[in-house]
Amino acid sequence: MKAAVVVFPGSNRERDIAYALELTSGVKPALVWHADTALPAGTDLVVLPGGFSYGDYLRCGAIAARAAIMDAVRAHAAKGGLVLGVCNGFQILCEAGLLPGVLMRNSQLKFIARNVHLKVERSDTPYTRRYNAGAVIEVPVAHGEGNYIADDETLKRIEGEGQVVFRYCDASGVVAPKTNINGAMNAIAGIVSDNRRVLGMMPHPENHVDPAIGSTDGRALFESLTDSLQTA
Amino acid sequence: MKARVTVTLKTGVLDPQGKAIEGALKSLGIDGVASVRQGKVFDLELTGSDKAAAEAAIKTACEKLLANTVVENYRIEIA
Repeated sequence: MKAAVVVFPGSNRERDIAYALELTSGVKPALVWHADTALPAGTDLVVLPGGFSYGDYLRCGAIAARAAIMDAVRAHAAKGGLVLGVCNGFQILCEAGLLPGVLMRNSQLKFIARNVHLKVERSDTPYTRRYNAGAVIEVPVAHGEGNYIADDETLKRIEGEGQVVFRYCDASGVVAPKTNINGAMNAIAGIVSDNRRVLGMMPHPENHVDPAIGSTDGRALFESLTDSLQTA
Repeated sequence: MKARVTVTLKTGVLDPQGKAIEGALKSLGIDGVASVRQGKVFDLELTGSDKAAAEAAIKTACEKLLANTVVENYRIEIA
């Protein structure tokens, strides 16, 4: 698997993602600078990591979405390449138009940094094939603007097309208003593009890959990617 | 020439910051405010003197960067 992790000024989870990718695939990903105009030849997977690109100025992810490297990321996505955006990366994907909707300030105005439960809605994506549909996993979140919003028509479409991959839930998998940590529509924590090749999610699966941390619930996402690319 | 771009959230989009400010005004005892919506203002200094061209350029700037038209509206004033 040839993975490229894009680094923007203010990215801070690129090493966590790189660690998770290397741990699960055995291959060190390339770190690519935002001002570059091309991805390394043969890149299978592009990752936009978490952080505070450009200090979250203007809107989270807005300036990063217009960075030089993003034309190459768009071209990669357009030809069916895999693109994963975590946290700020999800915000960047929405701002770049690679995923529908937008991430607004958390409804209760608090920055949330803790472990949450997620319901894995689908196992038929390149990112979730190692999970069972309906599985509940525990992963950390750390964000102030993770409140997913889309217009009614878009929301209806992504729900109808099965593009919602992760929802905030409780330990037994129940999705309820009180489990919806940031007020996201339909408790959406992660979505895929209509061809299921682009995934954006607010929680950080890369931080639960190593038993030393106490949980490996996020590991299957990276193993799924490795599987997907080996069998592609 | 100078231009001012005002970006506001579309009607119906939840504005948690506006709500917080609304609550703060109430707690200050300021009456008569039914609701608050927070927006952004950009002041642009323009180099050219062609108003129509400037308006077209700023419209592009709004669509491409200054506003997220999924949830925001924008207004351009040129003086």
